[in-house]
Amino acid sequence: MILIDILLGTLAATMAVVIWRLVTGPSDADRVLAVDLAFVTFVAGTALLSVRLREPSELILVLAATLVGFLATIAIAHLLERRPR
Amino acid sequence: MTAQEVTGDVLAVTGTALVAIAAIGLLRLPDAYNRANAVSKAASLGVVCVLLGVLVLMLTPFTAVILGLSVILQLLTTPFGAYAAARAAYRSGTPFIAATRREDSRAPAADDE
Repeated sequence: MILIDILLGTLAATMAVVIWRLVTGPSDADRVLAVDLAFVTFVAGTALLSVRLREPSELILVLAATLVGFLATIAIAHLLERRPR
Repeated sequence: MTAQEVTGDVLAVTGTALVAIAAIGLLRLPDAYNRANAVSKAASLGVVCVLLGVLVLMLTPFTAVILGLSVILQLLTTPFGAYAAARAAYRSGTPFIAATRREDSRAPAADDE
């Protein structure tokens, strides 16, 4: 369980990097990529938290976050592409 | 520790390391196109490794269905999401770094569907 805690801490550091890039990203394309990696980090973190808490039903969140992450990335990329300049 | 736990832990550590490498790439690489490279490849393989590790650690029919479906969806959707992000970056005129060698001299967003 110590190992899972270390992995969750690593994912927390990853999420901090993502938030930094989301706030200070030079272009909006960097922010789209940051949202993409944020959902990936969330999916991995939820799966590891499910092991840590011994709660298999939490894995439903993994499936939901996979779908939401894909749709969010596509939607934000589409908004960026169609935005009048 | 059983062999099942060792396998699951190794997969989880590998996947988390790959996601962390993607974050380092997002932090350190110079422009949006390089960052798209790091995020799409490292993060998709990393999250699939983590999900397979969790599947090995908690192997029941319920988790097998949920995690198998999640792995398939990740492998199908992550490349397309990264492709859409990179295409949006190109079409919205995100600047390249100076070291980029461009074979075509078209301006960004010149080919509008």
